[in-house]
Amino acid sequence: MKEVSLKNDAPFQERLIALNALLPAALVAWYWQRGQLGANPVEFTTRMTGVMSLVFLVITLLVTPLRKLFGWGWLAKLRRSLGLYAFFYGMAHLATYLVWDRNLDILSVPGDVWLRPFIAVGMAAFVLMVPLAVTSTNAMIKKLGGKKWTLLHKLTYPVLIAGVVHYWMIVKSDIRWPLFFAALTAILLSYRIFDFLKKKTPKPAPSKTEA
Amino acid sequence: MFDLKSEMTPESVYRNRRFFIKSSIYGGSALVTAGLFKAFAPRTEMVNNNAALAVAAEDYSYPKLGTEDPPNSFTEIASYNNYYEFSTAKSEVAEAAKNFKTDPWKLEVGGLVKNPLTLDLGGILEMRLVERIYRMRCVEGWSMVIPWVGFPLRDLLQQVEPTAEAKYVAFQSYYDIAQMPNSGSAGIPLPYVEGLRLDEAMHPLTLMATGLYGKALPNQNGAPIRLVVPWKYGFKGIKSVVKITLTATQPPCTWTIANPEEYGFYSNVNPSVAHPRWSQSKEQRIGETFKRPTLMFNGYAEQVASLYAGMDLKTNF
Repeated sequence: MKEVSLKNDAPFQERLIALNALLPAALVAWYWQRGQLGANPVEFTTRMTGVMSLVFLVITLLVTPLRKLFGWGWLAKLRRSLGLYAFFYGMAHLATYLVWDRNLDILSVPGDVWLRPFIAVGMAAFVLMVPLAVTSTNAMIKKLGGKKWTLLHKLTYPVLIAGVVHYWMIVKSDIRWPLFFAALTAILLSYRIFDFLKKKTPKPAPSKTEA
Repeated sequence: MFDLKSEMTPESVYRNRRFFIKSSIYGGSALVTAGLFKAFAPRTEMVNNNAALAVAAEDYSYPKLGTEDPPNSFTEIASYNNYYEFSTAKSEVAEAAKNFKTDPWKLEVGGLVKNPLTLDLGGILEMRLVERIYRMRCVEGWSMVIPWVGFPLRDLLQQVEPTAEAKYVAFQSYYDIAQMPNSGSAGIPLPYVEGLRLDEAMHPLTLMATGLYGKALPNQNGAPIRLVVPWKYGFKGIKSVVKITLTATQPPCTWTIANPEEYGFYSNVNPSVAHPRWSQSKEQRIGETFKRPTLMFNGYAEQVASLYAGMDLKTNF
């Protein structure tokens, strides 16, 4: 019998991620139902869904560095799911805004986006996530071709930047949490820039001792 | 010779072991995730253990609220606080402030007055205390109804007798980084300072609160004494006041210093003047899920609108 290591057990990994990604959403519902989300469950749920979207964006962008630095190639196939959980919480976050902030008055949204710059930035981040979610299937990768698909999915970078800026803008004065996410973003993006520049610099001719 | 067969793990044992490992990973990771969630979820349930205050029975000099404005619970009022010296997370202020010392206390009332005065805690509580149920509207777009106990600021100002030059009242909070652990990360200049025009300070609705729900103020709500100006945004209600100074010129206010574009000196509740981040036309009453309209001067227009007659409230926001 062939031993399948956990590293290569993709269904197991997917289920593990699904469990831990969706558990917080289930806990919000459960805590709320028991009256344990504090004095303002609306505010907590709004903030929590937004932060969770950022968390999953950061985890998604961690995949490539971890793969390259530690040789964890098996992480690559989990990246699309991780991105979809970021989109899931982004959608939930948008829903909290539409339901509680706008009382489902959809017609008032464009005016509000115009009036409140931080809403506009958050909305931009969400809108940019939509094509990424839509093209997350195997069929779409085939249809677009790997190169185009990869290029399109570089939109994840502006999405994360806009998400962090959106968070920074809503905080009144204590910027520690937005700063934390900004630092992670800076590290993740500098890694890409560094990696890109390294590839561009012509490699010295291989010496003869190297074979 | 080895018996190869016995050396090999039988498939059933192997499967059982895999099942056990996977279940442990599922369970263990879910425990960690749930633990993280719990760590970030707000604390709930507060018990009012403070000393009862002697409240004067009759006080008809303020507008009673109707049944559409039932008071919020003690837990709601005492577990959802903006007090940045202790924490910028509203649900964590209560815990961070629980050991704050409010006795001995010293409240100095001075500046342009004929009889400067220093009150200790006993002196503060000797003022004629009344119960006032006020709406409270935070600039962030939420509101509460709070049964305060306190005395009208005018009672105190009449004792010290402002001179003819006095036009404003400046307030200062207690500030001590050793007792207030978040002071360095609050992101606003401290000590917290606030100001009112003298006529605003003399208005019968303006209250120095020393308690709520008939008992002494919880630390997180600004013990032992705080300002309550019900027609202004909540941040005007400076907490843990140690200094009241009558001045000739407009005093500085903490949030106006921190962000003059967003927070003005007056900061009257006004549904038609938007804040860059909160439209202000509606508010979320704590305990309710959907928004209700915000009222001009937080519903106290009848009592206070005359203070601002002829003023452009868009430029004097």
